[in-house]
This record gives sequence, C-alpha cells and structure tokens, in this order.
Amino acid sequence: MIATTGMPSGTRPEPPRPGHRTPDVSGQQRTAAERTVRTLRRRRIVNRIMVGVMYAAALLAIIPLLLILTHLVREGASSLSIAFFTQPPAPVGEPGGGMANAIVGTLILVATASAIGLPVGIGAGLYLAERKETKLALITRFLSDVLNGLPSIVMGIFAWQFIVRPMGSFSAISAGVALGAMMIPLVTRSTEEMIRLVPASLREAALALGYSRARTSLAIVLRTALPGIVTGALVAVARIAGETAPLLFTAFGSQFWSLALDRPIDALPLRIFYYATSPYPEWRALAWAGALVLIGIVLVISLGARYVTGARRGFGAD
Amino acid sequence: MRARSLALAAAILVGAIACGGSQDTQGDAGQEGGGTDLTGAGATFPYPLYSRWFSDYAKQTGVRINYGSLGSGAGIRQVSEETVDFGATDSPMTEKELAAAKGGKLLHIPMVAGAVVVAYNLPELTQPLRLSGELVADIFLGEIVRWDDPRIAAINPGVQLPSRDILVVHRTDGSGTTFVFTDYLTSISQAWANGPGRGKQVRWPTGLGGKGNEGVAAQVQQMPGAIGYTEVAFAGQTGLQVAVIRNQARNYVSPSVEHVQAAAEGVLDQLPPDTDFRVSIVNAPGDSAYPIAALTWILLYQEQKDPARGARLVEFLRWALTEGGDQASALEYAPLPSRIAERVLERLDSVQSAR
Amino acid sequence: MSEQSHTAAFDGSERQLTDRIYQWLITGFALCIPILLVIISLEIGRAGWPTFREQGAWFLFQSTWDPNNGEYGVLPAIFGTIVSSLLALLLATPLALGVAVFLSEFAPPWLRTPVAFLVDLLAAIPSVIYGLWGIYFLLPLLREYVAPAIRGIPLVGDLPIFAGPAYGNSLLAAVLILTIMILPYISAVSREVLLAVPRSQREAALALGATRWETIRDAVVPYAKSGIIGGVILGLGRAIGETMAVTMLIGNVAQIRASLFAPAYTMAALIANEFNEATGDHLSALMAVGAALFVITIIVNAIARWLVWRVSRGNAA
Repeated sequence: MIATTGMPSGTRPEPPRPGHRTPDVSGQQRTAAERTVRTLRRRRIVNRIMVGVMYAAALLAIIPLLLILTHLVREGASSLSIAFFTQPPAPVGEPGGGMANAIVGTLILVATASAIGLPVGIGAGLYLAERKETKLALITRFLSDVLNGLPSIVMGIFAWQFIVRPMGSFSAISAGVALGAMMIPLVTRSTEEMIRLVPASLREAALALGYSRARTSLAIVLRTALPGIVTGALVAVARIAGETAPLLFTAFGSQFWSLALDRPIDALPLRIFYYATSPYPEWRALAWAGALVLIGIVLVISLGARYVTGARRGFGAD
Repeated sequence: MRARSLALAAAILVGAIACGGSQDTQGDAGQEGGGTDLTGAGATFPYPLYSRWFSDYAKQTGVRINYGSLGSGAGIRQVSEETVDFGATDSPMTEKELAAAKGGKLLHIPMVAGAVVVAYNLPELTQPLRLSGELVADIFLGEIVRWDDPRIAAINPGVQLPSRDILVVHRTDGSGTTFVFTDYLTSISQAWANGPGRGKQVRWPTGLGGKGNEGVAAQVQQMPGAIGYTEVAFAGQTGLQVAVIRNQARNYVSPSVEHVQAAAEGVLDQLPPDTDFRVSIVNAPGDSAYPIAALTWILLYQEQKDPARGARLVEFLRWALTEGGDQASALEYAPLPSRIAERVLERLDSVQSAR
Repeated sequence: MSEQSHTAAFDGSERQLTDRIYQWLITGFALCIPILLVIISLEIGRAGWPTFREQGAWFLFQSTWDPNNGEYGVLPAIFGTIVSSLLALLLATPLALGVAVFLSEFAPPWLRTPVAFLVDLLAAIPSVIYGLWGIYFLLPLLREYVAPAIRGIPLVGDLPIFAGPAYGNSLLAAVLILTIMILPYISAVSREVLLAVPRSQREAALALGATRWETIRDAVVPYAKSGIIGGVILGLGRAIGETMAVTMLIGNVAQIRASLFAPAYTMAALIANEFNEATGDHLSALMAVGAALFVITIIVNAIARWLVWRVSRGNAA
C-alpha cells in the first residue's frame, strides 16, 4: 500500500545514516537536520505513549472479566452445597433447596439440541466441504451465517409459534429445537473447515484403493477430522448451554424434577434469571451459585474443546 | 473407536431420557397415579401463598402443581389459549377477554383477599410514612418528585424527610396488582382517572419498570429513595418499609389481615346470588378498611376437557378454600369470610368434565 | 484376499447405491438450513402480518407503546436499540482495536496467549451472568457514585444527557454492559485481519524509518481497514440482538428521553418482557417487532460478512 499510494501522512525526512558524516553545509541544511532530530524524538515519544496506550487497552479489556469472575466466586461459592446439586428449589421463605432440577434440565436440553444440531450441522458441513461450488453450497453457506447472527430471542418466538402454540403446552422439545437450530451454523462451519483441512491425498488414496465415496468420506475423512469436529460441537454446546432468551417462551421453567420432553422444564440460565431479579436474599444467593456453576460448565467445555485440538487460531500465522 | 463410544453414550442418554419421559407422560394420558402435573400461570400477587399451598398439597397428596408466576396478564392469556390448566389473576377478566377464551366459559374462583401496599426505601425513617391516596397519585403522576416535598411533610408532622429524588417503580408486565392499584388511584384522583386510568398495564408518566411483584420489590429494595406498589407478602418477606394509607373514613390504616378483611366484608356481603365474583374492593367504606385491597381469583373452565386433571384441580381448590386459611393468614392474606367461601364452593360444584 | 473380494463384491451398482444414498443424505442435511430459515421467516412473518396489515410500516415510527389501549408504536424500542448499540460500538471499538493491535503487534509471546485467552473468555460468558453482575455491581456503582459525581461537575452536570433521577437502570447501564459484551467479537475479528496483513507491509514501513506505532497506524491498519470495519459491524449485530443483560439493566420503559440516566427499552427486551402475556393484537405486534429485528440483523450481518470476506479475498498482495 505504501509503494502504490505514496508516502504515509506526515513529513518523513530520512534520519541521518550511521557512519555518514554530515558534510559541512549551509545553515539551512543544519536547521533541517536539527528539525529532523527534534521530530524524531517526538515520534519516538509518541511511539512509547501509544505502546503504553495499547497495554492500557488490554488491561482495561480484561478488568471486567476479572471483576466478574471474582464476584462470581465470592458470592457464589458460599451458597454451593451438596443440596444445591441434589435438590429442587424450596418454596419462598423455606430454607434449603437447590438447583438440581435446573442442572438436569440444562443437560436434557443440551442433549435434545445436539440431537438436532449435530446431525444437521455435520451433514451440512460435509456437503459444503465436498460440493463447495454448487449453488446450494453457496446459498447454504450464506444462510448459515445469517442463522448464526439471528438474535436468540427471535429463535425463541419462532419456536413458540411453531411448536408451543400448536402443541398447546410449553415443552423441553420446543426449547431443544430452538437451541438446536442455533447450534447448526456453528457445527456446520467448524465441520466444513475441519474436513477441508484433511489433505486431499488421503481422500485420493482411499478412492484409489477402491473405497466408495461414501465410505471415504465417512470412514476416512470424517474420522480423521473428528477431533476438530468434536471441538466444534463442544464449542456450540458451550454457547447454547448459557442461552436464556429462547427458553423464556419454550421451556417455561419448573420447580420440580421433570424429564419429559413434552412438558415444561427448568434450565440453569433460566433459573438464574428468575432468581437474579427476585427480592429474596436466599434466591439471589442461589442465583450466584447457579451462575458460578454455569460459568464453570461453559468454561470446562470450552477449555476441553481447545485442549482436544491443541490448535490455536491466528497467532504467528504470518 | 471414539466415534463408537460417543454413539454408545448418546444412545444410553437418549434411552434414559425416553424411559424417564414415558414415566412422566403416563400421568398425562389420564391414568391414575401420584405425580400428576397440573400447570398454572398468572398473578404474582398470591404467589408466596400459592407456592406454600402447592408444596403442602404435594406433600399430602403427591399432586404436583407447577405455577409460573408471570403476572395476571400472562395467566389470562395462557388459560385462554389453553396452554395451562388454570390461570390466576387479581384483575377480573373483561367481557372481551372472556369471549376470547378458547375452551368455553371461564370461572372466576376467588381464593383470598390481599393488600396492595405502597412500599418505599428510606433508611432514614423509623416510623411508617403516612400517605393519602391523592399524594400517592401525585407521586406516580410525577407531580411530586422529592421526598421532602411540603405536601408529604404536611401529613407527617415531626418526621425528618430526606432530601432525595423519588424513584418511582411500577410494573412492566400486565398485572392484576397494577389493576388494583390503578383502580384505587382512579377512584380517588380525578387527574389519574383522566390520565393513565385503570388497567393491567397503563402508560406510566414516570418511573422504572419491574417484572412481577417480585421485580418491583427487588427494585425498591435496591434503590434508596424508591417507592413502588406491591403485594403485602412481598414487602413482608423482603423487609420493605410500608406506608399507612388514609382510607375513606380518613383513618390511616396499615395493610394488616384484619383491615383487609374489613374491606372485603363490606363489599362481599352485598353480592347477588348469581354473582360471578368479579368484584372490586378498593376504597371500601369502613373505619378500619384498608383502601387498596383486592380479591385474587383462579381461572378455570367450567367444562374440563381432561376429566382426571379437572377433578384434581377442583380437589385442590376445595382443599385450599377449606384448609388453606391458616397458611393464608400467616402470610398476611385474608381468607374469605365463611359465608362467601360456602358460595364459592357451591360454584366449584358446577365444574364438569366436557366428555 | 478377503479385502479384495470385499471390494470386488462392493463394485458397481451396490457402490453406486451407497454413494447415492450418502449424497442424498448430506444434501438433505444441507438443505435443512435454507428450509429452516424459510420456515422461520414464514412463521414470524405470518404471526406479525396482522400488525403490518393494519398499521403498515407506520408502526415502526409511532412513539407510543401502550398495549392496554391498542397502541403499538415501536419507535421508543427502536430508539433504545439503535442508541445503545451505537454508543456501545463507539466505546468498544477503540478498546477492541487497542487490544487487537496489542496482541498482534506488541505483546511479548509469553503475554500474548493468556491475554488473548482472557479476552476471548469475555465472549464465552452467558448474557444472563452479565446481567446478574450488572444488577449487583454496575447499577449501584452508577446510582450511588457515577451519577452524583457527574451531576456535581459544574456545567457538564446540568446537561440534558445527564438529567433526571438516577435509577441506576438506564440507557447508560445497557451501553456499558454491551460495550463489554461486544468487545471480544470486534477484537477477535480485528486480530485475525491484522495478522493477515502481509509481513511485507510492515517491513516496508519499518525500512522507511517508521516507528512501530507509525507502522501500525499507516501501513497495517489501513490495509486491514475493511476487515476491521466488518468486525465492528459484526459487533453491532450482536449488540442489536442482545436480550438478557440488556433487559436486566435498561429499566424497560418505552420512552424516548435525552438523558443517559433515563430508563429505556430495546426491541429484544420488549419482546422478552411482554411476550408471555400478550394476546391477539399485542402478540402480533410483538411478532412484528421480532420480524423487524430479524430483518435488521440479517442486513447488518450480511454487510459485516461481506466486508470481512473482501479483505480475505484481496489478500493476494
């Protein structure tokens, strides 16, 4: 860009080269040299300052995170107990109780969502990786991005209109559909990328050995890319495990144990939301504990995902 | 290898869920057995009481009732759409709303009477604040904006009012409590009647919104200088300061169970025999009547589509009306006077199964 | 050998059948995505249609949201959505760029990984947890310290944008939490495009005597400009659709006020709060709001993706 569009802004006289004695010249040139030295000093100071500003920006960006994590631990840890993990909530005013049903509910919702999101995502990812130039592939890739950017509340009202309303009741399955639909673009994209990373030679070798295309894709290519695909799936799971908005009108929440897919179900983020906005100190304490557990789950899954691939994106990729 | 074990784990998980699922849905098919769900939604006003009732009832009979404390508006909507077995509201349904109910005729079954209190957060005050209806209306209209306004000071002689902004809190959701509160304000303030008027949801000239009675209580609790309206049990459970309100007889009364019962008795005795129980008890006459009192109703269809669920629901309501009184008083709700309770029980007899 | 006979037996039509089934299967799965989007559009459009039919697009410009009286003006919610998102963008972009530049240019290798990890972690925190933290730490901070402090500044404290009682729940609170929430997205995309700038650009600038800062300012960033803008617009898309943290902090009042301390509403928060109790017209209006949100985020995200794609495509230098 420098070469083609001319010099960057600001005058930039060349600094004196080392070892080269400035010839004795007129006062004009001496002044010019002094100006250069002054400008250079100023530029160096500006450089120092900006480096400092960058460090400050990084620090400023991390401070909220550290604050949040600290507060979560401080407020939440004291309310964690065995009861928290094994008991459903107690009615208002009674001590004890926990969020066990919400934790189980989240697990069920994640499983249901995965049952929808994983097959579609992996299948679509395979398609996009293998048939990349067809019209369907281009459309699907674009629409997958569109789906990814859809606000989760819009997904929630869609699931309500599409499933809850005709079915006549809130249900785990409607929430599972909303969450599963949100998983699809994430799984699709990561699957596609992972499949693309498998060297073509592997595929060609399999085909040369007489494997059918189906078997090549599934038994050879998919299997090779599996760690990356699992990572993508885990990242998607971590993302939807923390979603609340789509659950407001689909899962509805419940104070009891519920395992049925066609009845309302509780979930951790939903319970946290209801308790966080409540006036009862016991409930608020539970909300903090729930938040700590939720962030723990999300972090463990995200970290686990990173660990599986071991790859980090972007750094040193010059 | 890994794929295989993943598939196995998934299969086991799905199998476990399916088994657990079928266990719960058995009850839904109408067969007998403990653990049958009933689902209800609606008013947050009676929620502290209902949640206690549901818990006790589940211990006694094993019937689990799942209640979404979403506000009267939501309760009315859900029961009209038949997405729940029963609704709950403190705002009586309008004719239009009743006509829109999909399952036929909806009955209003009053359960208890409760008080809507004016709660505030002024840590500097040690005695309950005195307020009149007109002052409350003016505060919520945004006409009075500081706590040390002379009009408030005038009826609170000797009280050192702090020099703070008044932070008004109201409801964001369609609320029977809002209906009761605005019903009261409409009846005592011309400016309010001409302005926001009465309704489950009105255009508030000023202030912040909270969701449900709990949300309003939470907001008032967190903001020094806040004022809001909420059901008495919420104020009690969260330690909020509650104002004493001037009633029609110009006495300053607190929202105690006796004062609410006084408000209820006067009005309910006048009910005609074929009443549908949709009656307002705000600004009731009587020396000790609390002016912002209200009935709270359970809504259910007269013709129940699922006979087993319908029977369970009616059984629960009978239990609550006959045996739930002690719990109610303990939580500051006024049980219905026995004459009225009898008539309500008779109305329950009219619930039949649709088949 | 069994392997040979196996593949021999697997020849011809049997293999073709398996292949064909496989093709259909993955094509079918791929088709699910467009079909899903069509269904979503249809369902939401259908449910919101009555409102559009009755009021036309005017309902987007009416400023009174009063369901009790049948008025469904979405302007206050749109105002809140736009203002909160734009202000959050204004605050987050310099910060995110600073972080991205820091990570791609200045950070020593030992610092790079942990800092990048921590910044990315911001994106993993669920929205409801941001809301929870916001209620119990951000709001009291604003209410008890920030608002009185700003009010106390002569001249500035009397400006209309600081007027009104300080509830804590306010447009400002929403802006601040959104800033934190979108920062990692802008930063991640910027980081990637900055790293994609070829070495030659940097080396050319340095050879010409530029300081490191000048290199970044004049050689690297302009090259990555459209990608960075793409990342910024991506952050905008996220801010527009954000629901939980916003509804817990913004006050949920459908009004248009000049003050940052005044409670406000966004489209997503409006839907979240009122959906469960809406019937008939009210429900249709909320669905229409959802449809509007749907369309807006599609447009914004499409623009963002196109900008980022342009950078990655034009990277042949």
